[in-house]
Amino acid sequence: MKDKVLNKPLEAKKASPLLVSISAVIIGMLAGCLLILLIGKDPINGYKNLFMGALSNKRKIGATIGLSTQLIFAGLSFSFAYKTGLFNIGGSGQMLIGGIVCSLLAHKLPLGIPRPIYLIIIILAAICAGGLWGFISGFLKAKFNVHEVVSCIMLNWIAYWVCYDFIPRFIIDPTIAVKSAPIATERTLRSGIFGAIFGKSTTANLGFLLAIIAVVLIWFILNKTTLGFNLKAVGANKYCAEYAGIKVNKSIIISMAISGALCGLAGLSYYCGYSNIMEMGKMPSEGFDGIAVSLLGNSTPIGSLVAGLFFGILKNGKLSLVTLGIPTELADTIIAIIIYFAATNILFRNFWDGLFKKSFEKKEAYFALAVNGEKTMDQVTPEERKELIKKGKELSKTSKEVK
Amino acid sequence: MWELMLIIIPSAIAYTMPLLMGALGGLYSERSGVTNLCIEGLMLFGCFASAATIVKLQAIPGFSFNLAIVIGILVAMVASTLLAALHAIASINLKADQTISGTAINMLSTALSLFLAQTITGSGNITVVRAVIRSDVPILSKIPVLGPLFFSETYWTTWICIAVWVISYFLLYKTSFGLRLRACGEHPSAVASAGVNVHKMRYIGVLTSGLLSGLGGACILVTYAGEYNAGSGINGLGFLAIAALIFGQWKPLGILGSTAFFGLCMTIANIGRILPAFSGIPMAVLGAFPYIATLIALIFSSKKSAAPLASGQPF
Repeated sequence: MKDKVLNKPLEAKKASPLLVSISAVIIGMLAGCLLILLIGKDPINGYKNLFMGALSNKRKIGATIGLSTQLIFAGLSFSFAYKTGLFNIGGSGQMLIGGIVCSLLAHKLPLGIPRPIYLIIIILAAICAGGLWGFISGFLKAKFNVHEVVSCIMLNWIAYWVCYDFIPRFIIDPTIAVKSAPIATERTLRSGIFGAIFGKSTTANLGFLLAIIAVVLIWFILNKTTLGFNLKAVGANKYCAEYAGIKVNKSIIISMAISGALCGLAGLSYYCGYSNIMEMGKMPSEGFDGIAVSLLGNSTPIGSLVAGLFFGILKNGKLSLVTLGIPTELADTIIAIIIYFAATNILFRNFWDGLFKKSFEKKEAYFALAVNGEKTMDQVTPEERKELIKKGKELSKTSKEVK
Repeated sequence: MWELMLIIIPSAIAYTMPLLMGALGGLYSERSGVTNLCIEGLMLFGCFASAATIVKLQAIPGFSFNLAIVIGILVAMVASTLLAALHAIASINLKADQTISGTAINMLSTALSLFLAQTITGSGNITVVRAVIRSDVPILSKIPVLGPLFFSETYWTTWICIAVWVISYFLLYKTSFGLRLRACGEHPSAVASAGVNVHKMRYIGVLTSGLLSGLGGACILVTYAGEYNAGSGINGLGFLAIAALIFGQWKPLGILGSTAFFGLCMTIANIGRILPAFSGIPMAVLGAFPYIATLIALIFSSKKSAAPLASGQPF
């Protein structure tokens, strides 16, 4: 025991990523309060409505899960690319492409295919379609040095126009000529299991299970495989990785393709699960929200899962704000503020580190008082240390009173 | 052909100016060493701020329409500069990842402008009653060929934008201030050792980019758009401006050429469907055309990148 104490020099605690993320969330919420006050409404009621609207009953929880699924996929996609040094802002386009391919298949595949095989086909199709869109960005980056942010944005708009063209051409709803015909429920990812838990016609769907599988899989790839190690090495230092014999260009392409595939799955769960239609001329915001999800989750797979659920709550609950006369965009503003503060995390890190250091120094001073400076803090066991600090605190109190 | 050019060229000039301002703003920022991906957000916020101001002012009885537009543009510039200040603080003082900070500003701008628009007008759209009226430039519009193409039916904002471009060119390449600003983007420690405050120069760069993007956003509103539309925003124009900046190799003359090219593409995309010359082409192809053209342009221009060396690196 004593050895253990001696082996580790004592120093002030450092702020953990979790603490930093939570701080960003709190500041974002406070800023939201300020905005609500600014338009002359009651923030406490506003937040109550926001959370009640997302979680107060089974049906609402189901809707929150349905909405979160895309956010988890998008966050996971961004995290994966970010870990490997790439900035995949093209999630929206990859979602659209995944969505349109799956919608086409859902309408055009023969009805006789058994459901398990049908599901496997559309899941693979979503992975391939999204992966292709990501691959293009990665390829352009690797071969022509085109910055992936710009190429991703361009591909977003190209996907937007592809859908604009394909929807009326192949799967238009004849009654409302701006969206596709609804997909039959048995051809979507919606399933009886979720219906039994969250009530009939819930938007929660098999995509959520897929998302959890994807989280585990991506965690495994990043942390337990050579491929993941190579990709992370390229992300950490391109030149060092190249020197170590890792093919940098290949890594960039693989990474973008996997990231795109995850967003393709987001498109599948969004357009053939959460919703069953595609609207013309609509860019899904989930691709951008995925960045926020990932940043809040410290770019880890598990973090993306938690942050995705949290943003799902915000996004689903915001609909309940209307009854109070608060614009629903408040939720998006809060998300944007949270991501700004997550990006400037050094602010919180310095704040917490400073706080921890101060309290540590105080403890050190009390300790020195208790032992008259004869011992240092790492020479005693934690229990003794606690006792001595307490003793020192009382000593300093009495000495103050004497004065 | 002549008739076609008479329709396309003036329109292309109108589309070019906001892009030029956005790209020029990006130029100031990146040359000072701060990657600026929030041009889109800054332009959008400028567009929104000018729309809100102009609508409010024009609603006052007896208030001059033109004065309202001028005030609207100024408000847009100030609003975007304030937003750019957030990016500046994050990327200069707090040493944040500049790509992420820029993305956060983009999201913030979209959400905040929508939130405010909802609060002000009750709907996501703000439509301006009267935008800038086109007028002929005296004398110059009488020149044959060039007159009708470039000097007839012009917006006065176009001339302001061109003036800003000329001043910027002079400022960046003919003054010691410009030399320092550019050096901050190439080798900030060398500049610092010469006694120049790098942080101050970078602040100037980023804030100027806000100022110009705001002007660009306001130009979109008061010239061809006439309304702030929350749904479509500014259609990725800010990102096109960044692409134009890369395509123009971070040089004023280069971006003038590249924005003119993109402006032409945008014109074809937007008014192509009403022109008989393009009638056989599906709308989606026309719509996707500027973005595909941008990608192809980037493929050819990115290999030999002349990007400022220290752009994106905190100092």
